[in-house]
Amino acid sequence: MTFLTEPLAYEFFLRALAASAVVGLVCAVVGTYMVLRGLAFMGDALSHAAFPGVVAAYLLGAPFYLGATVAAVGTSLAIGWITRHGRIRGDTAIGVLFAGMFALGVFLFSTIPNYVGDLFGFLFGQVLGISSTDLITLTILGIVVLAIVAVFWKELLYSTFDPLGAGASGLPVAALEYLFLGLIAMTIVISLQTVGIILVVAMLVTPAATAQLLTNRFSRLILVASAIGIVAPAIGLYISYWTNTASAALIVLVETAAFLLALLLGPRTGLLRRRRIAA
Amino acid sequence: MTVVATLPSVRLTDVSVGYEDLPVLENVDLMLLPGSLTAVVGPNGGGKSTLLKLIAGLLRPWSGQAEVFGAEPGAHARSVAYVPQAEVVDWSFPVCAGDVVMMGRYPRLGPVRRPGARDHAAVAEALEQVGMTKFARRQIGALSGGQRRRVFLARALASEPDLYLLDEPVTGVDHATHVDLMTVLDAEARAGRTVIASTHDLAAAAHHFRSIVAVNRTIVAHGDASLVLDTDVLLRTYGGHLLFVGDRAVLIDDAHHHDEPPAGVVHHHDDEGGTPGRRP
Repeated sequence: MTFLTEPLAYEFFLRALAASAVVGLVCAVVGTYMVLRGLAFMGDALSHAAFPGVVAAYLLGAPFYLGATVAAVGTSLAIGWITRHGRIRGDTAIGVLFAGMFALGVFLFSTIPNYVGDLFGFLFGQVLGISSTDLITLTILGIVVLAIVAVFWKELLYSTFDPLGAGASGLPVAALEYLFLGLIAMTIVISLQTVGIILVVAMLVTPAATAQLLTNRFSRLILVASAIGIVAPAIGLYISYWTNTASAALIVLVETAAFLLALLLGPRTGLLRRRRIAA
Repeated sequence: MTVVATLPSVRLTDVSVGYEDLPVLENVDLMLLPGSLTAVVGPNGGGKSTLLKLIAGLLRPWSGQAEVFGAEPGAHARSVAYVPQAEVVDWSFPVCAGDVVMMGRYPRLGPVRRPGARDHAAVAEALEQVGMTKFARRQIGALSGGQRRRVFLARALASEPDLYLLDEPVTGVDHATHVDLMTVLDAEARAGRTVIASTHDLAAAAHHFRSIVAVNRTIVAHGDASLVLDTDVLLRTYGGHLLFVGDRAVLIDDAHHHDEPPAGVVHHHDDEGGTPGRRP
């Protein structure tokens, strides 16, 4: 039992558990729609695009949430606009803006003469260093994202499944697309401190991908993804505590392990099923 | 049905429309009345789908005037049910047949509200109408091609529209499904709704629909089912895809991209032409 209870004596560990559960849940919910819309690459792009915003906020002495939100939302709107109006495919637009924005972040970073540990934290995650103010902020932002999904879940589902049918029957498909890009951007901002820019995409994609292996009903998909999103970070944090290793990496590794387990044992792809059929 | 000065469901006046800067349809004039059951025929790339999307409000006209129920397309969107071609649907999507049909109720529900008893009843009735009650909980990808088309028609029915826009609703389906779906659409038209469906199958168009619109970059002809017997109309619609064998025109539609017998052939159904269309 001390294995489970000892870390709970530390406030920083409790804060990390709470923060990563909130982040895991929000990522799983938004990530489910993201995977169904084929926007997995978008998650990676927007997290990298947030970096210059974080660095700029540091240089200006502004809160990082503000800088990251402006950069990520701005980039997501730009990608959406270019895809709709330019003669460029979506994945190409994402590729250009994603690398360009990250380069801008690295450039701004290199103008800072001294070593800034905080900014490295945004790249690789610093869940154990989250303050109570950060925890409150990311919980409020997380509730906002979940509330927006709760209001528009039907409309988002219909416009994801059949944009033409949804549009013809009166749903504002373009506005819903921009809204969803905004939700991805906000989710990434919430996740930056916990898992870092480089690993956010896993938090978004992996729980939904795992759930897809286990069920083919949307309602169950989002529930299974949420459960993974909440439980996996806790397991990762305990392993990280007892092995003294990088917490964000372990959270993602636990989720990846869950995915591989589902791949191996799941009802549709699993080896067990093959054996049952053979028997 | 009493003849009243009915407002046309669809009225297009000198409309041109296309994608990016490529025009697909030019100088289109068309008027369809409530209760009409219209097949849109024409070659691939001739603008059948574009015409449906224009009426659905999914494409804005470049020029000319488009009206649906007396307003610009899209203004009465909740009275419109659009069913896309089977090819554009992701069949691995995690929804079952009943979920898809329920989507037809979403626009009238609006945000926040969850489907209630009336919505569940409408879904059950729509599934019943297309003979899919047994398959309500089956994932859509696990259904046959014909069953998928039945489910999409049920979604349209559940939305209780006044205008049906169906892109290739019976392409590649089995005979029983074809007959069942056309029976449902015929009943909807007789109840005063407007039904417009694109189709590759000229024989079926002549057999099952009451009016036919031949499209090839513009409206080539609009009339009753005997239109597909008119070699002049066929020639102007299909151009080089027509082959004349004696006095019969044979349609060589080489661009089929679905599972159907290869070259579509014009069948003559002299004995069973549809009732005359309501030509304006």
